[in-house]
Formats: sequence, structure tokens, C-alpha cells
Amino acid sequence: MSSVETIIQSIYVVAAVLFIVGLKRMSSPTTARTGIIWAGIGMLMATIATFFYPGVENFVLIAVAILLGTVIAGYTAKKVGMTEMPEMIALYNGMGGGAAAAIAAVELFKDHHLSISVATLALIGGIIGSISFTGSLIAFGKLQGMIKGTFRFKGQHQINLVLLLGSVVLSALVVAGFDADATLVIMVFVIALILGIAMTMPIGGGDMAVIISLYNALTGLAVGFEGYVLQNYSMIIAGTVVGAAGTLLTQLMAKAMNKTLISVLFPFGETAQVSGGEAEGEMKPIEAGDAGIMMAFAQKVIIIPGYGMAVAQAQQKVWELSQLLIGKGVDVKFAIHPVAGRMPGHMNVLLAEAGVPYELIFDEDEINQEFKSCDVALVIGANDVVNPIARTDPSSEIYGMPILNADYASNVIVVKRGQGTGFSGIENVLFFLDNTRMLYGDGQAVATDLVNSIKEL
Amino acid sequence: METFIAIYIFMLAAFTGLEVISKVPAILHTPLMSGSNFIHGVVLVGAIIALGMAETNLEKTIGFFGVFLASGNAVGGYVVTERMLEMFKSKKENE
Repeated sequence: MSSVETIIQSIYVVAAVLFIVGLKRMSSPTTARTGIIWAGIGMLMATIATFFYPGVENFVLIAVAILLGTVIAGYTAKKVGMTEMPEMIALYNGMGGGAAAAIAAVELFKDHHLSISVATLALIGGIIGSISFTGSLIAFGKLQGMIKGTFRFKGQHQINLVLLLGSVVLSALVVAGFDADATLVIMVFVIALILGIAMTMPIGGGDMAVIISLYNALTGLAVGFEGYVLQNYSMIIAGTVVGAAGTLLTQLMAKAMNKTLISVLFPFGETAQVSGGEAEGEMKPIEAGDAGIMMAFAQKVIIIPGYGMAVAQAQQKVWELSQLLIGKGVDVKFAIHPVAGRMPGHMNVLLAEAGVPYELIFDEDEINQEFKSCDVALVIGANDVVNPIARTDPSSEIYGMPILNADYASNVIVVKRGQGTGFSGIENVLFFLDNTRMLYGDGQAVATDLVNSIKEL
Repeated sequence: METFIAIYIFMLAAFTGLEVISKVPAILHTPLMSGSNFIHGVVLVGAIIALGMAETNLEKTIGFFGVFLASGNAVGGYVVTERMLEMFKSKKENE
């Protein structure tokens, strides 16, 4: 090993340590912010060192590509609103998967004989990276609303299985040396890219968080495999750590939604199953003025935000409303369901952005006992996470999912755009209860009306 | 022997990954996913090597695409994570 190589490898070792320590720090609220900085320093070091890697040329091309990627991703990442974070993660993750696939393609197209183990891992990493690439782009499109609905048909999973087997068989032929002019390699990639699209299209918007997390883990794995191909240990370590951590994170998320990874990946039936749908009674509307009075004279109000609040960008107004109530001596708390929003932690981030202090925000298990002593539960843009059917109806798709016990509150006010069902398509029994009043309208407009009505008191 | 060293590295790195995030609170799930998304942006290192050693135009084209995508992963992943975690800071300072 030349001295330059020794220095480069040493830098990679330091970078790997920084990645792991950074990730560790990101898993605790008090150290999270410094965690990303540690990891960022590691990345910068590893990237700069790679420019001195023996045999690396084409510097102009490399610089232009980095500049393009940095400007485009840096600009979009700075510009998007906090509500759009989940789809941006999907987008950047897809880019990583595509990059891993590109590495595999370059290595496989090269005119040298790869050993069996290297060729195999290059292909596996290439297939996984390609699936993650197109799959993440579809997830991005779905969350952005560019792709609407789910596309399900009979035999879909069997077709996907055939695609997967096809890419595996072709890969085996490539490894065995039956690929004179790289046609088979191209076919492997094309099939994998199609498979990523086909796998993601039938998955509903509510499950996107789980699927993005899964693709994140898959990209990590693909990066790890391509690291083996290039004999680059920093890639092997960082990729595998993310692959493992991402898999665990995916399981945690699926569990919080009372789903299994299998049920998310292989939704069955041509449309979402809707059962236990018929709720008795009728929805009773309320005006903002009355709702404002109800809350202003309450002892205790618990606010339950959901994705609707994020879409309406209502978090600032909701916090303004809360401050008014607190000023009137009302005990205000926020209850966050683990899967409220499109991603775990999504609501916490939004409320934190609006300035809601940490100590007013409670997890489901911390606050569920308090609903019984609560005068008003204000549900704003949440739906399935407060549906009592999850407790009562074993035939329901969400049966068994832990919910926030909003229905135990003396009064429930539900802020909602219209009368439709939530993400899952399940009728919400809560809306039909005697102690529930519906406050129709856009979350931000309604919150503004509530603020004004309380100010007038 | 190289292969076995690599297998050991895979194994130990996998355990590290599981261990590192085993006790993460739900509020950090999204930022952590974003942070780990940034960390696999190290694929940029590999993409630079692949493009740096590319010879034919086809290899260069794919390699260029790879470096572009990889830097998007790293930069976008960093900025998004930083912005999300920024909120945890302002919260602490408000207290």
C-alpha cells in the first residue's frame, strides 16, 4: 500500500467511526443535532479523500456531476416545507439507490473479469438499488399527489414474483459467464427498475412511511454490496449499518401502525378492504364561535393533530389558539399518536417548528388516561388514530391498533374538511358519537376562526 | 480470505446498526430515517471511484449519472435532516 493509499484508508476509517457515532447521537433527542454534524464531517472527509484515490481520473466530469447534484438537491431540500419532508426523504433515498445501481452497472460493463463473488454482489446490489430507485420515485410521486390511487389487480404479486425470479435467473447467467455483450446485464437492470414501480404502485398512501423506510434500508444494503465490489470498507460499513438500522426502524414503524411488513408489501384484494363501515347516528356540526366558547371555559383541552393539520399548514394558528387558552387558565396538552401524519414523529417536528414547547407534547401511552378527565378533545386533521372501532370491531382492518381515546373526553370537536373517510377508507365511529361535534373547514381557516372567537370573549 | 473478512465486517456492521438505534423514541423516527438516508450517501465515494476509473463513453455516462444521484443523496439528505433536527435545538433554547 502506497503512503497516499494509507492516508486515504485511514480517513475512511475515521469517516466510518463518525458515521456510527453520528447515528448513535441522532437516536437521542438531546444529542440529535450534533449527530448529523458528526456524520456530515465524516462524509466531507471521505469525499475529499476519494479525489486522491489512485487511478481516479475524469475530474471535470466528477466535479460537474457533484455540482449539479449538490445545487439541485441542496436547493430543493432548503426550499420544501416541513410537511413535505417525507417525500423528500424518499426522493434523496431513491437517488442513493440509483447511484448504487449505477456503480454496479459501470463495474459490470467494464471489460474485466469479475470474480464470482464480486459479480454476484454487484448484481444483487444493482437489483436492490434499482428497485429502491424507481420504488422511491413512485413513493415520492404518490406523496406529492402526482400519482393518485392504488393500482391493484389479480395476480399482481405473482407477476412481481416472476419479475424477481427473472432478474435472479438472468443474473445467474451473467455470473456464469453467458453474457458476451452485456445484453443480459441491461435486462437485469431493466427488470429490476420495472419491479420497483410494480411493487410500489399498489401500496396505499397511509403505508408510504413504512415503504420509504424499507427502501432506505434497501439502499443501505445495496451501498454495502457495491462497497464489497469496489473493496471500499467505508461503504460496506456505512451501508450495512444503515441496512440493519433501517430494517429495525421499518419494523418499529409497521408495529406502531399495527401492521406487519408483509401486509404492507402485499396488500391483497383489488381495493382496500373496508369493513365495519356502517356507523350509527349522524354527524352533528358546530360553529367555530360555539366551539371557541366551549374550549375557553373548559378546564382541560387536549389537542390531537393529524395529517390534515400539516396539509392546512395550521400548526402556527393551533399554537396561537393554545396560547390564548392557556392565557385563560385552560390546561392545554397535545396528544400525538405514533403514526399521526405520514411518518412517525412528523407531528412533533411540525409542532416544534410552530414553537410548541416540548413539555406540552405527549405520546399516546403518556396521555391516554387523561382523556377521561378532559373537557374538550380537539381533533384537528386526524382520523384513523382516534377511531374507537380499533378497540371494538375485530373485523375492522385497524382492529387492535392502539388509538388515542378521544371518545372518552366529555366533548369532542373534530375539525375536518369534509365528510369523507380517512386514509384507510374506514368510517370513523367517533364522528357519530353523541358527544362529538363536527367543525367543517380547512384547518388553518378554522383555527383562525377559533382564535378570533376566543379573542372576542 | 478477503471474502471472509468482508463477511465478518458485514456481520459486525449489521449488529452495530441494530444496537445503535435500538432505544430510539418515536419522535425521532423520521429524523433518524432521514439521518440514515444521509449516511448511505457515502455511495458518493463509490460513484466517484466508478466514474474516475470509467473508460468508455457508456461507462462515463452511467458513472456521471451515478455521481450526480449520489451527491443528491448526500446533500439533500444532510440538509433535510439538519432542518428537522434544528427544531429540537430551538425547543431546548426556548426552555
